[in-house]
Amino acid sequence: MNFLSLFVLIPLLMILALFVARSRKQVLGIMVAGSSMLVALAAFLAYNYITVRNSGNTDPMLFTAALSWFKPLNIQYAVGVDGVSVVMLCLSAVIVFTGTFVSWKMAPLTKEFFLWFSLLATGVFGFFISLDLFTLFLFYETALIPMYLLIGVWGSGKKEYSAMKLTLMLMGSSMILLVGILGIYFGSGATSMHISELAQHPMPVELQYFFFTLTFFGFGVLGALFPFHTWSPDGHASAPTAVSMLHAGVLMKLGGYGSFRVAITLMPAAAEKLSPIFLVLTGIGVVYGAFAAIRQTDLKYINAYSSVSHCNLVLFAILMLTQTSLTGAVLQMLSHGLITALFFALIGMIYGRTHTRLITDMGGLMKIMPFLGASFVIAGFSNIGVPGFSGFVAEMTIFVGSFENGDLFRRILTIAAVTSIVIGAVYILRTVGKFLQGPLQNEEHGKLDDAHWFERLAVVTLIAGILYLGSFPTGISNMISDSFGSLLQVAK
Amino acid sequence: MEYTLFVLLLPLASFVFLGLLSNKLSHKASGMIGTASLLMVALLSYFAAGEYFMTQKTGALFQTLMPLNLTWLNMGANLHIDMGILLDPISVMMLVVISTVSLMVHIYSLGYMKGEKGFQRYYAFLSLFTFSMMGLVLSTNIFQMYIFWELVGVSSYLLIGFYYTKPTAVAAAKKAFIVTRFADMFFLIGILVLSYYTQTFDFGTLTSGNSAVFQQAISTQFLGASALVWAMALIFVGGAGKSAMFPLHIWLPDAMEGPTPVSALIHAATMVVAGVYLVARLFPVYVLFTPEVLQGIAYVGAFTSMFAALIAIVQTDIKRVLAFSTISQIGFMMVALGVSKFEGHEGLGYMASMFHLFTHAMFKALLFLGAGSVIHAVHSNEMENMGGLRKQMPITHLTFLTACLAIAGIPPFSGFFSKDEILSATYLYNTGLGVWMTLVAGLTAFYMFRLYFSIFWGKEKQHAHPLHESPKSMTFPLIFLAIPTLLGGFIPFGQFVTADRAPYTIHMDLMVAGISVIIALVGILIARKLYQHPEKPVTVPSGLKGFHKAASHRFYIDEIYLFITKKILFNGVSRAFAWFDRHVVDGFINGLATATDWFSIRIRGFQSGEIQWYAWVFLFGTLLITALILFI
Amino acid sequence: MGELLINNAGVPVLAYQLVSLIIFFAGIYGFFTRRNLMMMLISVELILNAADINFAVFNRYLFPGEIDGMFFALFTIAIAACETAVAIAIIINVYRNFGNAEVDNLKKMKG
Repeated sequence: MNFLSLFVLIPLLMILALFVARSRKQVLGIMVAGSSMLVALAAFLAYNYITVRNSGNTDPMLFTAALSWFKPLNIQYAVGVDGVSVVMLCLSAVIVFTGTFVSWKMAPLTKEFFLWFSLLATGVFGFFISLDLFTLFLFYETALIPMYLLIGVWGSGKKEYSAMKLTLMLMGSSMILLVGILGIYFGSGATSMHISELAQHPMPVELQYFFFTLTFFGFGVLGALFPFHTWSPDGHASAPTAVSMLHAGVLMKLGGYGSFRVAITLMPAAAEKLSPIFLVLTGIGVVYGAFAAIRQTDLKYINAYSSVSHCNLVLFAILMLTQTSLTGAVLQMLSHGLITALFFALIGMIYGRTHTRLITDMGGLMKIMPFLGASFVIAGFSNIGVPGFSGFVAEMTIFVGSFENGDLFRRILTIAAVTSIVIGAVYILRTVGKFLQGPLQNEEHGKLDDAHWFERLAVVTLIAGILYLGSFPTGISNMISDSFGSLLQVAK
Repeated sequence: MEYTLFVLLLPLASFVFLGLLSNKLSHKASGMIGTASLLMVALLSYFAAGEYFMTQKTGALFQTLMPLNLTWLNMGANLHIDMGILLDPISVMMLVVISTVSLMVHIYSLGYMKGEKGFQRYYAFLSLFTFSMMGLVLSTNIFQMYIFWELVGVSSYLLIGFYYTKPTAVAAAKKAFIVTRFADMFFLIGILVLSYYTQTFDFGTLTSGNSAVFQQAISTQFLGASALVWAMALIFVGGAGKSAMFPLHIWLPDAMEGPTPVSALIHAATMVVAGVYLVARLFPVYVLFTPEVLQGIAYVGAFTSMFAALIAIVQTDIKRVLAFSTISQIGFMMVALGVSKFEGHEGLGYMASMFHLFTHAMFKALLFLGAGSVIHAVHSNEMENMGGLRKQMPITHLTFLTACLAIAGIPPFSGFFSKDEILSATYLYNTGLGVWMTLVAGLTAFYMFRLYFSIFWGKEKQHAHPLHESPKSMTFPLIFLAIPTLLGGFIPFGQFVTADRAPYTIHMDLMVAGISVIIALVGILIARKLYQHPEKPVTVPSGLKGFHKAASHRFYIDEIYLFITKKILFNGVSRAFAWFDRHVVDGFINGLATATDWFSIRIRGFQSGEIQWYAWVFLFGTLLITALILFI
Repeated sequence: MGELLINNAGVPVLAYQLVSLIIFFAGIYGFFTRRNLMMMLISVELILNAADINFAVFNRYLFPGEIDGMFFALFTIAIAACETAVAIAIIINVYRNFGNAEVDNLKKMKG
């Protein structure tokens, strides 16, 4: 059996084990064991991938395997990875791992929470290893559904509203996406839904226009494409911490990943032609998200809007269609995944202590909880692209890559997107200044404690990832950009 | 000369060490670790400078060395960001300046920051700053410079906001970061444009003077100027932001909220000259390919120096006076670069600018540390709480006087020589500009001595506890820095640093020197007359009342910024965006939901629950379909 | 088989159909107008019986050699019996809860 399937099997086994778990201790034990195995597996995969690549293998996809499970439409369970999927799998494993530790004190219904959490993880991992469009879509839906329950049951605030809104918007978009996927299959005349097979059967350009719009839009909504991003602030604000982390950190990346793997790779001609329209939308989204974040007072809303800005930047870079900008997009997905997970984790920890997320109700917390405060500042710096942290590497690659596309119109949009680095600094520093620095605002907060060991573990893991990517980006960046070389070749 | 790598690694190691172990270490230990690592850095830098200037010369020209250059990040086919070390006369000169001032500040802080909460954090940040600044000057390519450029911005933010429980410090830190970041955005765009057309980030290629590199950038026109002009102008905006050129100067006076040694290190001697260094680094490009931008730089510098000098005259906070004087002096350096040509005597400005950068770093650091010593004793920044301190604090007084004489341009102090070269260069370029800068020099002498007399002369004020001289850890740096302030002018600077790398022998232009000294003396005398006995309040002549008011409000530039950022961007744009998001975009989505809801309520009547009604519908439906099939 | 054909030879198929039609519409009428669940159930039975007659007659006249239609009629009778049993159980419950077996009671059971 192909070892990539373990990425799906392990979460499924975790679900089975959770069913029979009897105590809270057992539940946590299963989660820690399972998520550690996933991290180990991801590391093993990365190591193997690099070894095989170094030995001169230039296949577009490695470790491939296929198993037909629905003969009439020739739908396969087909797996395989390239540099991009490897990176995204590693990210997902790290987020699931840290998410487990962040939810250490999860109550009530701990067991059920982790059940749905694992199902969500199954969908995410399955999505990243799949090469068959239908199976891909199946895993995509598997990842979306648990979201409704996780937010609706364990969330806070107006959780029912948020859960419903998130699910309906994402379901609506995946309906459009399904039409797009079926359109690609029937339009191309290929005999299976395997991506590499579809890539060899390019569709007529007129059909591409139509189905590119559908698929890009379908994936784009999950990637917070402006103006269809409003599910994200509400959803993130209401979701429990670990779910926010997994959702903003990984699930939103499904949109970016899907839009290039399906929309761009399979329909390059339409992508080239239609990208200006979507570029304008994403460009607006980048600046708009950042501006909207300035006005927010709820920590989760601030980060949610910042995510909108950064995820739009991912789509923006994908649409620029140069190898460097695509590399930048993946780096940004990776970097934003880590940073936003760190943010949500910290916000959850702070909220768990102060019981408020309004920055106007807090002040001077740096003195009370130096570890959390310093980590928040680090997260903030990474978010606004300070060198040494991952955000810088990703954003700079995107900007340089976007500028490589010689079109004047695209360049002006790039310059507009560059302004987000200043606006980003405004909202981050404002937030930090309001609730971490300054005099202590609420005497009650003086008695709060700093992070516990399991919280520290999660935070340190994420910061280590951010620092590694920010300080030694060469390997990862080359790995991603090599995959694009072959990917673009497949497309042509 | 690979050992120069340790100039970077030592402060970094000390930052990581102090940052991670800050809670475990005692104040004394962390201060010692930071200072010791800086001492080693300083010794290494001196050694490197000695070796470089002694040996690395082929023929008459200094070589550019690149002991280390590793690819850090690939970006496309040709572009890649490298991390390396570049040694040439200006970077080696900067190494000496930074390590000297930084070491002095480290020693000084042992006394000044004694007992402060977060002492370890303070030393960690100082190390971080030193690392970033060293990285900036040693950069081998423009993107590496940008990386460290951002890092110095961050360390400056951290250090200004060191007293993070004080709202003014937090606000000042935020302001400094955002304003410089705003300028950095232009820098980045400039880099993007430049690198796209030249397909390189490398300084070596860019400054080689090879016109083939810029062929495409020159031939591409955009809005009436070539792409190269745009790129170089945008890059200068970045430099102007860090170097507090008008109108991006507003962050620097507020940055004085940080601890005084930090102001001495970052906001007087090193970081704020990064913009000057940037222009000097790219000088061949400016002077050979975009002289129009260089001209603009000269005028921006000239305007800023006058503007800041006028404001400095009326400030009452001693650190603010020094801050505006810094802005004014950096204006001098910019002017000198702006008026310079590439070769020989025409290239005097470049040499003068670097010379002034060097001397200014020493005497301005000395001034700030002296001011810190005064503040340490008096516990106030305001001039009115000071007076007659020359008796209580003799060492501070003498060293401060030395620095004042240097900045005023009185021979034989170092400032005289460097300023004189700048003035000569401006006269060479344009007499009007020369006169203008000479006037600024006169104003400089006036406001510096206003400061000096107000602090050290006049009647002694009542204080809560008796005043005394600062501890040795603080007076030692003062004395140490007084040496280059006193003697620095005799360094044959033209032998080391020139635009075309060929040695240049400085000729004193007696005419220019004479005029500037006379004007400086006049300024000092007026200041003496007005402020030596400050118990007699100085009345502002009625004709100048309006000017006085405007200058004390810093010509309302801050208010304009506040209006733009607060009223327009924050309240206008941002609020509008947030409203738009909640009501229009989200409203549309909610509207869809509401419409679905409404529709479902409307058609709910069909599901009445009455079986017989269903049966009727069923019957008629069947009949209808039957009829349709039969008749159509 | 042959005997049956001979025995009914004089009667036209329309006569049978007339009977079934009358029964069918009687059932429809009853179903639409009666308010009592028991009466409605009887009406449904009438409709089913009408269908049974049709099955039997058409089978007899159109495919005299086969018994498919007869089978269907038997099936329908069996299913009608089951359905009646269930329906009467429901009706009894409705009667217990509401005190009568009026169809309007069931309106209250919608969500």
